[in-house]
Amino acid sequence: MVPPSYFMGLSAVLFCIGVLGVLLRRNIIIIFMSIELMLNAVNLAFVALSRAWGNVDGQAIVFFVMTVAAAEAAVGLGIILMIFRNRETVNADEINLMRW
Amino acid sequence: MPLLPFLFLAALSIIFAAGVILQRHPVHSLLSLVLTLVVIGILFIGLDATTVGFLQMIVYAGAIKVLFLFVIWLLNLQSQPIEGGHLALKFVGALGSAALIAELLVFVLHLPPPVGHSKPLALDYGSIGKLAQGLFTDYLVAFEVTSILLLVGVVGAVALARRTTAGSAPGGAP
Repeated sequence: MVPPSYFMGLSAVLFCIGVLGVLLRRNIIIIFMSIELMLNAVNLAFVALSRAWGNVDGQAIVFFVMTVAAAEAAVGLGIILMIFRNRETVNADEINLMRW
Repeated sequence: MPLLPFLFLAALSIIFAAGVILQRHPVHSLLSLVLTLVVIGILFIGLDATTVGFLQMIVYAGAIKVLFLFVIWLLNLQSQPIEGGHLALKFVGALGSAALIAELLVFVLHLPPPVGHSKPLALDYGSIGKLAQGLFTDYLVAFEVTSILLLVGVVGAVALARRTTAGSAPGGAP
């Protein structure tokens, strides 16, 4: 029987890999994927704690996170597509119109 | 879930997750991410959350990632060297992530044992019926709001990605 804190530790590690991806990579699609990775790390923590407490509330939250991620992916990829059409780049450093 | 399979799956998911941010080609990153999601789905099933685990594999690893794949193909992205960027930002990023991971690990490894931990699980724990019961009673409002969110998301995506009709050159002035 694996204690829930192990799952939380794994979740923390995956979340930090996602943070690293957002900070280190400049390709906007890979930044987007790193955000998905962070969402999933949090999902894992939710499910582990839901199991530890023996109720399904955590699983309901995971369901909502999945839906929000789907909507986010649709809109985010639409934005990326638009940026690529107008600027011909997916490098986040070159998309600087709104930067001070 | 026994310890040994957990350690194996945990190592696998960390390796694949590292692959997401280390691969040069976006498609390879994406495949790495899909494998990470599948492994997390298996972990869900190991945690008796069967419905959510299969949803994770079908909806997340299946449907959402195919959307990513289509966009990568549409943009025709090629393999590129890991981008330069600011060295200071990378340094601060690595340092910050290390601090975050240390903090989170110290925190979660000292969690008190949950109250209901020793309680035996209900027989239908994690079944689709139990999950639906929660969704349609306690979380009914959130569930309905989610449907509106998806509708808005679809309309927004179509409005964003729509090619402007004849008159303006592609990629030209709005």
